Amino acid sequence: MSKRITIDPITRLEGHGKIEIFLNDAGDVERAYLQIPEIRGFEKFVEGRPAEEMPQITSRICGVCPGAHHMASTKTLDSLFGVQPTEAARAIRELYYHLHFFEDHILHFYILGGPDFIVGPDADPAERNILGVIGKVGVETGKKVIDIRKRARHMVNEIAGKNVHPVLGLPGGVAKPFPGEQKETLLAFAADAVEFSRFTLDTFNSVVLENKTYLDLILSDTYLHKTYYMGMVDDHSNVEFYDGNVRVIDHDGIEVTQFTPPEYANVIAEHVEPWSYIKFPFLKEIGWKGFVDGKDSGIYRVAPLARLNAAEGMSTPLAQEEYERYFSTLGGKPVHNTLANHWARLVEILYSAEKIKLLSESEELYSPDVRNMDLQTPSEGFGIVEAPRGTLIHHYKTDERGVMTGCNLIVASLGNSAAMCMSIDRAARSLIKGGEVNQGLLNMVEMAFRAYDPCFGCATHSFPGKESFQIHITDPNGKLTGTVVRNGNGKIGIVKQ
Amino acid sequence: MSKPKVAVSWNSSCGGCDESIVDLEEKILDVAEAVEFVLWPCAMDFKYEQIEALPDEDITVSLINGAIQNTDQEHVVKLLRRKSKIVIAFGSCACYGGVPSLLNLKNLDDSFRVSYTNSPTVINEQGTVPSADSEDDGHALSLPSVYKSVRKLDDVIDVDYFLPGCPPTASMIASALTALLEGKLPERKSVLASNKSLCSSCSRNDSKPETVSIKNLVRIHEVKADPGLCFLAQGIICMGPATRDGCDYPCIKGNMPCTGCLGPFDRTDQGAKMTGTLGGLLEAGDEEAAKKMADGIVDPAGTFYRYSVAASLLGGKREGEENE
Repeated sequence: MSKRITIDPITRLEGHGKIEIFLNDAGDVERAYLQIPEIRGFEKFVEGRPAEEMPQITSRICGVCPGAHHMASTKTLDSLFGVQPTEAARAIRELYYHLHFFEDHILHFYILGGPDFIVGPDADPAERNILGVIGKVGVETGKKVIDIRKRARHMVNEIAGKNVHPVLGLPGGVAKPFPGEQKETLLAFAADAVEFSRFTLDTFNSVVLENKTYLDLILSDTYLHKTYYMGMVDDHSNVEFYDGNVRVIDHDGIEVTQFTPPEYANVIAEHVEPWSYIKFPFLKEIGWKGFVDGKDSGIYRVAPLARLNAAEGMSTPLAQEEYERYFSTLGGKPVHNTLANHWARLVEILYSAEKIKLLSESEELYSPDVRNMDLQTPSEGFGIVEAPRGTLIHHYKTDERGVMTGCNLIVASLGNSAAMCMSIDRAARSLIKGGEVNQGLLNMVEMAFRAYDPCFGCATHSFPGKESFQIHITDPNGKLTGTVVRNGNGKIGIVKQ
Repeated sequence: MSKPKVAVSWNSSCGGCDESIVDLEEKILDVAEAVEFVLWPCAMDFKYEQIEALPDEDITVSLINGAIQNTDQEHVVKLLRRKSKIVIAFGSCACYGGVPSLLNLKNLDDSFRVSYTNSPTVINEQGTVPSADSEDDGHALSLPSVYKSVRKLDDVIDVDYFLPGCPPTASMIASALTALLEGKLPERKSVLASNKSLCSSCSRNDSKPETVSIKNLVRIHEVKADPGLCFLAQGIICMGPATRDGCDYPCIKGNMPCTGCLGPFDRTDQGAKMTGTLGGLLEAGDEEAAKKMADGIVDPAGTFYRYSVAASLLGGKREGEENE
């Protein structure tokens, strides 16, 4: 009798998703689906709104990475109004953006994804969270994490008014100069941020990389896909978050294309399935061939793993050292192992910390000249940034007053939507055999999406429904024959109907 | 004595309310010490069955954020209502519909068209749209249905208290939790924030115009805003006069006007209040001047009701509307 397993919802991520696993008569996986159950309709309801409000409206797509939407939108306004930000405004925006990356990546490592490694993939689910992490690494380290995030977010408040839903961006600049009285606080923070990043990498090294079981897990076929990779690069092909061309490489690391924001629709197309509200981007020239990897399939990946693959290096010295260690440990470029995202994310934390330090020492940051008022009549604008979760594209059309008439968003997590479906499918096939299921195995299926640090709220511009975890077992006619639940102490139990 | 049980849950929201709880920083460790979390999906692997197994009203308080946009969400908030002594509508989406309820000014079918067929990047020759029931390769799959309009939480369940803000600030959250733990919550149905206007605490209030004096309305990107002067005095629409106080005006400190995220005061329509205020300040000598002034407000609905469409006459739950 074939069976169906539902994991709803998947946890420790931003947003809602569920996994449907279909087993054949032998209890092996026939096919696993990752479904996203909602849509919020941002692209429609922004029509009629003034374009200058878009950085604040689109930040409401995601309160976890509001900075990414805010900045992509602000850059789209630059393009829409045909204006370049002043040097000071650019420095402030970049500083703001690296602060955002730094604290957001830390959130993922210690709260969302890290528990799988630090507490353990098949640990008691009741402990597999930040409190469990603090239990493992100690209260002092826990306080260190809270403290560095607090200081990063304090700086963001000073620069952008608010952390969650900033008010910084305007076409051609920012709303206010860097507050001079915060300079000493910033300099002290920058130095500590670099140290904290190194400490986090050391922790990853001792807890994960020096544990052969974990290293084998990272390198295993269960979490492997050969796809195209996309990421922003600077003029020297180094990893870049704020501004640059977007580069795509193939499975062997060879550049396929580079594009600027207005060219995005020549490179990227989106596929629609009836069973998920999420859309599935692919490389237009290669085409949509279904949920398969390999060179003939247009599926590409974004976010830390992809960014490090798509670039030739890091522009800061400590991050560059770590970049080299990363590729030499994992067997050279490109790295196709999905779980390597966790390490790549930490390389980026170090890079952001170093950039914060460089920017804090730059003269331009402290200049009061933060607005270029030479605005042109608007009609269409494009803006791209690297969000913590991947390449983020905003595209607006307006009337001559700058009132929105059209909007298209290729949101960061969307870039991994097809790859995540494949990763879930592959992990489920490899881990579930002969109908044997336990919570550790199911969590290891979830780890296949968690490595991407997805934000499904962003991806469908929507957020979740159910907060349950249960597995329904049904017969082929859909009749419920049993339910698998996690009980109070986190153990798995089966309730027969 | 056992610790008070706390559930945190989200619906159609952005996760910003959850982030704001994390922004309690080291205080979150004290909170984790004082209470027992029984649900917090974005941070912890707690499960729904555990909630169903609890006796009714066993949870001391449920903090529910996000607007309600589909049947799944309705199901969960009804469950939490049954299991909780106190439900707090957490954040402006739960209190007033929030930014997502701007969708109530549009047609849902248009929204699907824009996303799935008319987008400049979508290749969808068959016109596929996601649907409640579908089949892929012999596998039956389902999705929840989306409501035609976005609701605030108390359209769906009885709500005891309201904590507005987009998001509520960490200090507002700390005050509410302290009042709760000390048994000092105000009268049921209260909004857990001041009932004064934002202007009452704003550092720029001294320069706020009191009489007819605004000759021109300008948009924020068209000018370099003076960092010390009331935005209204500069002809820039600031929602302060129609918006509840309590956030410590961070946007204005960021040199940007208030957009109204804490919503209206008690028994007030935010847009009506703002329109009235502007009416008393705009200097429109003749019909032509008045028309020019009105043209300066390019998006009245989205400006005056940015966070409160679902709580307004404009775009609340529509009469006779089906749930699905």
